[in-house]
Amino acid sequence: MTSDRRLSLDASAEQAIRRHGEETYPHECCGALIGNGDRVTDLVPLPNTTEEGPRRRFLVRPSDYRLAERRAAELGSQLLGFYHSHPDHPARPSQYDLDHAWPTFAYVIVAVASGKAESMTVWFLKDDRSIFEEGSLHHGENSHPDTAQTVHG
Amino acid sequence: MAKILIPTPLRPYTDKQDAVDATGATVGELLADLTRRHSGLKAHLYNDQGKLRSFVNVYVNDEDIRYLQKEQTPVNASDTVSIIPSVAGGVDTVEDVRSVRLPSSHEASADLGRLGEPLTNDEVKRYSRHLIMPEVGVEGQRKLKASKVLCIGAGGLGSPVAMYLAAAGVGTLGIVDFDTVDFSNLQRQILHGTPDVGRPKLQSAKEKLHALNPEIDIQTYEVALSSQNALKLFEPYDVIVDGTDNFPTRYLVNDACVLLGKPNAYGSIFRFEGQASVFGTKDGPCYRCLYPEPPPPGLVPSCAEGGVLGVLPGLIGVIQATEAVKLIMGIGEPLIGRFLIYDALRMRFRELKLRKDPDCPVCGTHPTVTTLIDYEQFCGITPAAPEPVTVNRATEITAVELKQRLDRGDALKIVDVREPNEYQINRIPGSELIPLGDVPKRYGELNPDDEIVVHCKMGGRSAKAADFLRSVGFKRVLNLKGGILDWIDKVDPTQPKY
Repeated sequence: MTSDRRLSLDASAEQAIRRHGEETYPHECCGALIGNGDRVTDLVPLPNTTEEGPRRRFLVRPSDYRLAERRAAELGSQLLGFYHSHPDHPARPSQYDLDHAWPTFAYVIVAVASGKAESMTVWFLKDDRSIFEEGSLHHGENSHPDTAQTVHG
Repeated sequence: MAKILIPTPLRPYTDKQDAVDATGATVGELLADLTRRHSGLKAHLYNDQGKLRSFVNVYVNDEDIRYLQKEQTPVNASDTVSIIPSVAGGVDTVEDVRSVRLPSSHEASADLGRLGEPLTNDEVKRYSRHLIMPEVGVEGQRKLKASKVLCIGAGGLGSPVAMYLAAAGVGTLGIVDFDTVDFSNLQRQILHGTPDVGRPKLQSAKEKLHALNPEIDIQTYEVALSSQNALKLFEPYDVIVDGTDNFPTRYLVNDACVLLGKPNAYGSIFRFEGQASVFGTKDGPCYRCLYPEPPPPGLVPSCAEGGVLGVLPGLIGVIQATEAVKLIMGIGEPLIGRFLIYDALRMRFRELKLRKDPDCPVCGTHPTVTTLIDYEQFCGITPAAPEPVTVNRATEITAVELKQRLDRGDALKIVDVREPNEYQINRIPGSELIPLGDVPKRYGELNPDDEIVVHCKMGGRSAKAADFLRSVGFKRVLNLKGGILDWIDKVDPTQPKY
């Protein structure tokens, strides 16, 4: 199922997420997406604090979540969501991702196969929590103010 | 009334407000009021059973309510309550469906899973209780058949390890040992029986294991494991099971496993306590991540000195065998990054989380140990050089000399520094018991002018007692060389040895 929501990542942000995923491979990386509307302007890489095996799990602890919110406020922006990597797994959300998802947030997933970042996707939780819907990921510098409203749609 | 801070993803449900007011005397009441006012929040904060979702953290001021009184935590008007998301995710695996949690290093075992030859009809019968479990099946049994496991030691731990691995159908079982069976082994080393006393352990082990399972190949190595032979011995094997009873060999096994990238199913036992873990996997910690340095020599007594509950190695050895079998078949949750401690007296298991130490000298990011070293030296044990007799003449006495002097009627005070339970097993007639630990507070009972002979089981503890007595002014203190064991061998063979 697809969502009409979108997320815009500029080339440097996209590269930074890929690099982060490659650096932490074979473990999952994670970080916060900060920006305005549907446009990501800043990334906050965060430590993966999971105790369940970082090859298959990531966890952002509450103090890091607060840090991300604070950073967004300092920049006069919003916390738009989080990114994480799927080492040697496709860039599709898992049941585990769904069970732990928050509404409105954008979830960017980058697949890292044998240490090399590959496809990147973005997902949004459906309001009734039943499913993740794939959004469209836009690369490049242009933001689309007209679609920014759909972020909370 | 208290203020609740709303995180970004929930603000669409609170009319975009980042803080809202709600009433209630406890966190639970406050959240109930919040979800009444903003009904869209409910599905995201609570699960179907009406419990707060595990990834929803609620803080009162700066304290997580999990560490206060949970939802019963009282709140007053001056408190700020924050809802803070835990953001989590990850990939699904088949195991998720069966709700088995696998740690990250599970993949370390993946390359162990070679499929062996098809099973013969006899093997199908023998292993039928394995084959009917889908987690094992024919595939798992063939992996066992193709696998090679090396047991270091055929003693307390090695006995159950080798017996269960042989029974389970591990295709090639190697055993390293160079000892002979002693009466004192029989209380726990179930590979060996009373008729085996005096025989090489490998001989009795091979017979027992062959009787148990003639289908498997048993390789025996009657050598002392050393830095010179360890890598060559380990090389053909998939999993190494460490059943050693001393630190130099334990570090040697650990380092050789790390250097070769082979998993080490580790176990150790002492008195009533056992430990187990799996070291040496690609991403998991090793023994040195836990203990970078060995304890000073003599600080941790061996089983021969401290004793061991006979059934204890049964349990720990079976844990090691279980881990070996799981690694080979690639099932379950291996004991990697976890250190299991078992207390037989209290019948409790504890588990410590172990992390790979990036600064570990052997498995860290910049290892300083890249070849096997001299482990005796590393553990502070210097090989006993043949000492000139004259050096010790003034401080030591042999069993035969002691007997001669006692027979001559010399006034010698014999002090036994062992524990009371050892004193009940055997003793030198006329000796007085002052356990080593009591010597500093009881030496006043002795006359510093007397000629004193101290002894223990083998001579180690009594050497410490002799040093102590000399340091407090005793002039004539002799240590009985070889302890009561030598006394029994050379003077009084009627007494039992332990």
